[in-house]
Amino acid sequence: MVDVLERPATRNEPPPEAHGPTGLLKWLTTTDHKVIGLSYTVTAVIMMVIGGAFAEIIRAQLATPNGTLVSLAQFNELFTMHGSVMIYLFAGPFAFGALANIIVPIQIGAPDMAFPRLNALSYWLYLTGSITMLSGFFTAGGAANFGWVGYAPLSNSLNTPGAGADLWIGGLLLTGFSAIFTGVNLVATIFYLRAPGMTMFRMPIFTWNMLVTAILILLAFPVLTAGLIMLYADRHFGTHIFSVAGGGVPVLWQHIFWFWGHPEVYILALPFFGMVTEIIAVFSRKPVFGYKGMVFATISIAALSLGVWAHHMFTTGVVLLPFFSAMSLLIAVPTGIKIFNWIGTMWRGEVWFSTAMMMSLGFLVTFLIGGLTGVYLASPPLDFFTHDTYFVVAHFHSVVMALVMAAMAGLYYWGPKITGYLLNEKIGRVQFWFLFVGTQVFTLPLYLVGLRGMPRRMAVYPHDPQWQFLNDLSSVGAVLIGISTLLFVANLVYSWKKYPAGANPWDGQTLEWFTTSPPPHHNFYRLPPIRSERPTWDYNHPEHRALPHGRRNGDGA
Amino acid sequence: MGTAGLVLSGCTVPSFGASPGDTTSSRSVFHLWQGFSIGAAIIGGLVVVLVLWAVLRYRRRSERIPDQHQYHIPLELTYTIVPILIVIGLFAATMVVETKEVANPHTNVTIDVNAFQWGWKFTYPGSNAVVVGQTTQTPTMVMPVDTNVHINLTSSDVVHGFYVKAFNFSRYALPGVLNQFTLRAVSTGTFFGQCTQLCGLYHSLMWFDVKVVTPSQYQTWLASFHGTAAAAAAAAASAAVRQQTSSITPTKPATSRGAN
Amino acid sequence: MKVEARFLLGLGLFFGVVGLIYWLWSGEDAGGVMLGAAMLLGFLPGGYYLYWSRRMTPRPEDDPEATPATGAGVVGAFPSTSIWPFTLGMGAFVTVLALVFGIWLLVPGLSLVVWALLGAVAESRRGGHV
Repeated sequence: MVDVLERPATRNEPPPEAHGPTGLLKWLTTTDHKVIGLSYTVTAVIMMVIGGAFAEIIRAQLATPNGTLVSLAQFNELFTMHGSVMIYLFAGPFAFGALANIIVPIQIGAPDMAFPRLNALSYWLYLTGSITMLSGFFTAGGAANFGWVGYAPLSNSLNTPGAGADLWIGGLLLTGFSAIFTGVNLVATIFYLRAPGMTMFRMPIFTWNMLVTAILILLAFPVLTAGLIMLYADRHFGTHIFSVAGGGVPVLWQHIFWFWGHPEVYILALPFFGMVTEIIAVFSRKPVFGYKGMVFATISIAALSLGVWAHHMFTTGVVLLPFFSAMSLLIAVPTGIKIFNWIGTMWRGEVWFSTAMMMSLGFLVTFLIGGLTGVYLASPPLDFFTHDTYFVVAHFHSVVMALVMAAMAGLYYWGPKITGYLLNEKIGRVQFWFLFVGTQVFTLPLYLVGLRGMPRRMAVYPHDPQWQFLNDLSSVGAVLIGISTLLFVANLVYSWKKYPAGANPWDGQTLEWFTTSPPPHHNFYRLPPIRSERPTWDYNHPEHRALPHGRRNGDGA
Repeated sequence: MGTAGLVLSGCTVPSFGASPGDTTSSRSVFHLWQGFSIGAAIIGGLVVVLVLWAVLRYRRRSERIPDQHQYHIPLELTYTIVPILIVIGLFAATMVVETKEVANPHTNVTIDVNAFQWGWKFTYPGSNAVVVGQTTQTPTMVMPVDTNVHINLTSSDVVHGFYVKAFNFSRYALPGVLNQFTLRAVSTGTFFGQCTQLCGLYHSLMWFDVKVVTPSQYQTWLASFHGTAAAAAAAAASAAVRQQTSSITPTKPATSRGAN
Repeated sequence: MKVEARFLLGLGLFFGVVGLIYWLWSGEDAGGVMLGAAMLLGFLPGGYYLYWSRRMTPRPEDDPEATPATGAGVVGAFPSTSIWPFTLGMGAFVTVLALVFGIWLLVPGLSLVVWALLGAVAESRRGGHV
């Protein structure tokens, strides 16, 4: 079936709804970006819960120096799969599969993604890839156990034989292609399906960030896929790409992995930066401060992120330290610009503490901690000293927990647009405090225990009981975070179809708030004129358009 | 350790959780750490104050629509240029410390360190001294104080991490790569070391000790390996350990599942 | 179209310069090759957009004065439902499982993939330009 679509112009009556299959068959055959995005959202949140459960087991094991909850072997599987699930199966797919899939086409006034069937394929590859990776737990040898980075030669067939490792590789191949297809789709959608008047510099910041993320996906993921194929060849076809014995170079895996791995950090982060930018602007009732600076900062982060991969490899002793140190330190500059722009957006605004806004503020503070400690790690001497200790673990957990807060902000903010119903704000605020306090109680002790010399990926630490108190504190934080996740699920159940949202519950600024909640098939009955990056705001508040520098309200802009 | 650091460094800068450590470069790394921490505290504090001010001072009290100002070019330029200057400063400080740390000055003592699953072998070229130990049978690396000690670090199997907390330093032991660095301990003592890079099942238990002794004690210790009996015993011990590594059972803690 | 072209060409140029500096300074080949490939990924589509931006009539989405009515007309033909992405996904799934559980799985896996690709192409031909 094919719909030949006309641009929504000034029609007032709804276009005829598409008649298609319902129920399970609808889910299997849909090419509607909103349905696919919803499937992505549900799958990704389930992955977050699974990865979170692994984390709780890890923290329980580490609550005592000689934890016996799991064996050494099981512990290696648990942290490997915790990292893999959270990075490969939750954070990335949630960012560019779930929310971007739903929101980007609507924000630019497009009827769907440019390649709807490719979009559906992306989802099926993501789902089957997730199942593939997790099914390692049901094999005789257990799941993959070489860390989420899979360093060669630990990941070769000699050191980690068994189906779990191969399933890990297979799952990553599937989800990798899923990401690449989504990247292609996003770029094509953003370049070719924008509404009339939606010039590049009128795209909402979230869409800009997704464009840059999509470019980064296209640059980085093929490298990972190629590396995984090499790894598989080493394991099964007798090649020696990463093994010294046959003349290979183990460090090559690290180069390939991190050439994907560091852009991946920004593939995860940029979508959430975009969400937070939109949310802070809407709940301050102001335009994004320094919109163009924000766009250039995003592009700079992406460009620099391709030149910093070896700051994960400072202690290998075989990388060019000054180059990677300088490039890594430089990323702090555009990141700082973003933080100051967020503050500038709130400045002299009308800040409303909705759940989404509080989650965004929680993101801002937590990300600040993660960002500042990241600057330390860009300095090789300080990295020698903290590399592979809990300091690094704490650093990136500050960052990713900030992203989890941003993800929650996104769900509270855009969830009503997708489902048509708001979530309960009171439960949301309680959830926020559990998540925010839990995150700090969880991460801050880990910085200290890392500085006191505790390496990461330790199942037991009997030789230094002093580490126990800080670990216990961290485990308490993990429990608080777990409670916040349960509160979120409880809120979903409690608020089920209770609070109808209407088209524009937050006085939103961008095009998605112009259409109904949930949007109709192919998104729009009609479009407003687009004269800035805030078409819905301009339409609703024609007398309050953004002011050029130095002007105030009433100056006659 | 923190207070000791303050006294030794002769200044009143807080330690920010780190410690000066026991080598010349660990001290300069510690000072670099303090410098970065002061910068981070100032910038982090500034941002937190600005955020708190923004959200408390401008919290929504009415349905008023605020001024829709969007650009302030001088301000935006300021918070672009100032961070660039800060970054240049941090980079310069980094380079000063790093150049010293990765330099290979003239050395009198060389130790070959070999990491394997899951233990360490310390060989002293020019003598018969060999120390081998795996998992909780912790081997001890003996080195003289106030001497440049040259370390040749290799790995026999997977990637390991040579990490001594008291030296504020770590370096990967890579298969097929000879990693070299210099340590200069400034006081005697025994320090704990550990593998930091995940290397398989008993990664958590891949420990070693570093014992820093006076040069005369060091010579005595080296001399204790002289004579064929001792050397042969060491070599035999080494071979035995190598054979065992695939089927070791550590004394603590008990594992319920064993190797896959 | 011009902004898109400049965006991609700019990224490509940046990666080219950084890659060259890195490769000359470090002599490490893997990173040099990967940055070189990144440069090409900027230049290829960027050059394509630059080529077309000079030859095509400006699009309504690039016109700051365009109104919704300017762009009225056919946007494109979008498949509303299709079973082939699911079929293709399952084919890829079974094909990847062949990496783990045995080469024989390639037979059903690749059969599904080919069947799905043919089905999707046939669907497009029936439905017009998709």
